[in-house]
Amino acid sequence: MSEVLLLVEAKDGVLDNKTLELMRGGSDLARESGLDASAVVVGHETSALAESVDSYGLKKIYRLEHPLLEGFKPDAWVSALEWLCKQVSPKIIILSHSFVGKEVAPRLACRLNGELTADCIDLRIDPSDGLLIRSKPIYGGNAIAVLKCEGFPQIVTVRKNAFEPMEPVGEKSEVVEMAPGLDESMLRVRSLKTVREDVAELDKASVIIAGGRGIAEKEDFEMLKALAGAMSKTHGKVMIGCSRPVVDKCWMSSDHQVGLTGSMIAPDAYIAIGISGAIQHLVGMIRSKKIISINTDPGCNIFKVSDYGVVGDYKEILPTLVKKLEE
Amino acid sequence: MKEPRIIVCAKQIPDPEAPFSNVTVDVEKKEVVVDAPDVISPYDENALEAAIRIKEEMGGKITVLSMGRKVSDTVLRKTIAAGADSLILLEDPLFERLQSRSVAYVLSCAVRKIGDYDLILTGRQAGDWDSGQAGLILGELLGIPSISLARSVKVEDGRVVVEKTVPVGYEVVEATLPAVVTVSNEVGELRYVARTKMLALLRRPMVIPKWGTKDLALDAEKLKKVHLVELSPPADMRRECVFIEGATPEDTAGKLASVFKELR
Repeated sequence: MSEVLLLVEAKDGVLDNKTLELMRGGSDLARESGLDASAVVVGHETSALAESVDSYGLKKIYRLEHPLLEGFKPDAWVSALEWLCKQVSPKIIILSHSFVGKEVAPRLACRLNGELTADCIDLRIDPSDGLLIRSKPIYGGNAIAVLKCEGFPQIVTVRKNAFEPMEPVGEKSEVVEMAPGLDESMLRVRSLKTVREDVAELDKASVIIAGGRGIAEKEDFEMLKALAGAMSKTHGKVMIGCSRPVVDKCWMSSDHQVGLTGSMIAPDAYIAIGISGAIQHLVGMIRSKKIISINTDPGCNIFKVSDYGVVGDYKEILPTLVKKLEE
Repeated sequence: MKEPRIIVCAKQIPDPEAPFSNVTVDVEKKEVVVDAPDVISPYDENALEAAIRIKEEMGGKITVLSMGRKVSDTVLRKTIAAGADSLILLEDPLFERLQSRSVAYVLSCAVRKIGDYDLILTGRQAGDWDSGQAGLILGELLGIPSISLARSVKVEDGRVVVEKTVPVGYEVVEATLPAVVTVSNEVGELRYVARTKMLALLRRPMVIPKWGTKDLALDAEKLKKVHLVELSPPADMRRECVFIEGATPEDTAGKLASVFKELR
């Protein structure tokens, strides 16, 4: 039991930036506790992915190879990772708090008798017992809890931006290919089809115009779109976002949702319209360079985090604003 | 197939949408104090809505299972008003501030006591600790399939068919019942419960079973409490807001346009 093990994730077939952050976190923890940092790559035909992580000073890269691991099938991935962890007994396991991490980590922790802390923003080692000191926002970000859990493995998922991305160090890692024993019977959830949708990638926008509970009707999003149209001529990529209640009303798909369970973004400008500023929303947009808000309630929280505010009805403001911008 | 028996796990929490100015952190007592009424955790409400839609289509029974300290049946009776058939509260001093795995363990004992079930639905995560673990671990402990992040849930021929939100769109997956599904907000919000219906329900005498450690065949040794080393307020997010005012909305819009032009 001498390893910090981290799960490598790919996005569109290439190494995900979140994994670089995880490598930094994992390497720091390993140094602090006198352990080795290693990584695991899961999938089918993963040699290229494994190669893309072999120059970051990691001790070992485990390649879990199996046809059933192609794509992300949670049942297969959990079983494969359980199998690996039982072989190599890592002391600390860290995963990104990503789509994959959120699904795999609780189940893996349960099978390994570890207690997971999800969505950590800081990790340290308690030198007295080698346990992780885990910082995690709770109540949507209204408080930061610092937690410890007994027993090994210590297991956590880590929020995006918690660590700086790792730079290559040149030292090559030892790649260990392993074939976990998997069979079809382990796949209890069957995938029938994946439907690709036109997904808004809000992290690519320089301006986001977002509507919230204060938007009276679905049709009113046309006014936000008109503003986006006017701004896109001069302000780069402008996209439409929203807060959770808009998705709950099925007015917009969840890829537009900004906040704790949506996108966490940092555009040049964030324009919040009819958004009161629930903490779960604020944590997703607070890193925006400029925040401009329109709301009828002068006392609402969104103004407390805004650079500019307009107290008023968006229906009266937006049409003229669009006209003026187009002049 | 027979009418499905659905269990919805729902947690009562302080309103997660309370303005942040109404939330204080008591560093000494290591407690978050929320000056707002309790509600049902929003994603659990989405899970209940998904359950009610299945019941509308196929019949069946919905049992709501809720665990936590000082659970209030007035808050949770809303689930009955919305369409659930029965409510069971899991209450015991030993259930306070449990770690996620212990929460899932207590729930698993309660589910086993209920015995006859086809589908367990719960929110993707609770709005207080946002851990997103209980549902998935419950599946592990019961040894049944689990599916997360559902945006629609249907029961057909002894299977559950779920549209699961994935980064590129959605994936249609299925599993043989019984199964656990964690529900996301894309399912839609819980139907509106009329105030008159809610008040009538609150006046009606109702026996709500309360199960503690003694009622569940559980091993109290396995219940582990959260070890909170420290609790602190978050970094200050406040900015100095310049309010833009005009004589008329048009005038305001004009001034706002100048601000926008400066952003380039």
